[in-house]
Amino acid sequence: MTVAAITVPTVTHALSQDENLVEKVSVRNLDFFYGDHRALKSISVPLYHGKVTAFIGPSGCGKSTLLRVLNRMYDLYPNQRATGHVTLDNANILSTSQDLNLLRAKVGMVFQKPTPFPMTIFENVAFGIRLYEKMSKSELEDRVRHALERAALWDEVKDKLGANGLSLSGGQQQRLCIARTVAVRPEVILFDEPCSALDPISTAKIEELIDDLKDDYTIAIVTHNMQQAARVSDFTAFMYLGELVEFGETTRIFTTPSDRRTQDYITGRFG
Amino acid sequence: MTDHTMKAFDTDLQDLARMVAEMGGLAEKQVAESVDALAKRDTALAQRVSTSDANIDALQREIEERAVLTIARRQPMAVDLREIVGALRLANDLERIGDLAKNIAKRVLALNGEFPPPKLIRGVEHMTDLVLQQMKLVLDAYGRRDDSKAMAVWRGDEQIDAVCTSVFRELLTYMMEDPRNITFCIHLMFCAKNIERMGDHATNIAETVHYIIEGHPIVDQRPKGDTTTIAALRTAG
Repeated sequence: MTVAAITVPTVTHALSQDENLVEKVSVRNLDFFYGDHRALKSISVPLYHGKVTAFIGPSGCGKSTLLRVLNRMYDLYPNQRATGHVTLDNANILSTSQDLNLLRAKVGMVFQKPTPFPMTIFENVAFGIRLYEKMSKSELEDRVRHALERAALWDEVKDKLGANGLSLSGGQQQRLCIARTVAVRPEVILFDEPCSALDPISTAKIEELIDDLKDDYTIAIVTHNMQQAARVSDFTAFMYLGELVEFGETTRIFTTPSDRRTQDYITGRFG
Repeated sequence: MTDHTMKAFDTDLQDLARMVAEMGGLAEKQVAESVDALAKRDTALAQRVSTSDANIDALQREIEERAVLTIARRQPMAVDLREIVGALRLANDLERIGDLAKNIAKRVLALNGEFPPPKLIRGVEHMTDLVLQQMKLVLDAYGRRDDSKAMAVWRGDEQIDAVCTSVFRELLTYMMEDPRNITFCIHLMFCAKNIERMGDHATNIAETVHYIIEGHPIVDQRPKGDTTTIAALRTAG
């Protein structure tokens, strides 16, 4: 299935819902280049506050690339550039004047493989907080505890906060990373395949956690697991070959997708 | 539609559709034979219809098991999910049609060789022809995933309803004409009502076929021609 020209994606917003959606992050006509390779082609998609938006699509479709643009991760690499508009609360984050440290505090990211620092559980969470804020020891302890509670890890680690973060199980390590992300009080959380290295029970815990966190944050999740996208997200974007093919309410995308390519992908008829 | 990457999923869906089609064929045969037995007062045939209903029931259970298994194993989405849910609904409607045919067969057995004038039965036979036509068309619509055919069936039920109303009126006149007709006519009225309900099930099937293809239910109001209750009251009053 090759697509010669860029097609206009089928975008349906939450017309069936009465609630007012706040567009926390707006991506408009975003192009992304790895050197000469155009990895994202004129992407426009909203991320709503208090909602989970899932990005699905086959490998190489650009979904992880899009996530990396949202907190300017790509800035760490030469020869990568983004053009277009990405606004967070109406401020263009692609602007050269954007403070990247501040941006990454506002837009947290959780990766595919758990990446705890080789330090204690407590320090793993406190580390980020100290980078951005000065506070007393007891305040810091409160913040760490709160973050671990939000990440549904507190009960499992409260008696061994001094143990090395790497001594935890894979699922616990991933929740530790989520606690670390939550600790710096971000507004947007990006999950890049957060469960692909986890067993089903840990996966269920992370999904429950995402559901629990979503009221307070704007969440984007990239996943290869379509059932996971269907389970956790409110909106789903299907990407293919660097294009956004279809965006809409998850309930609709997984029951009556408009685009043939979306249907083929979610029903397992792709390639 | 393109095949699934996982070929066994295609086999699952094809098997389900095949079983539904087989069930449809059996149900059609049961309906035709039950009314045939009624027209000819053929108790042996009626007996056969009554016992073969078990085959339809068995197929329905098989479809349910296969559908549940397929959902559990494949986690179907979108059109695949609708195919499976559709097969379950179709099996349900076809099983009910089978039951209604069995009920007609049992009435033939209950009549036990009474011989009223054949003219009484013509209206019921006419209704049966219409219902069988609808069933054939809707099963065809399912087999070919043809929405326009399904919609034609959906609209066509009005005619069966109208004929049913006139059969009721006719039977009421016969009963008033000669009280000896009453027992037979009452049985015939139930048979007519059974056939009218089969038409309703054919309409349900048409709605399911539309849902499988389009992904949403039919939104229009269906034209309705069944006024048997009112007809009965008016004529009797």
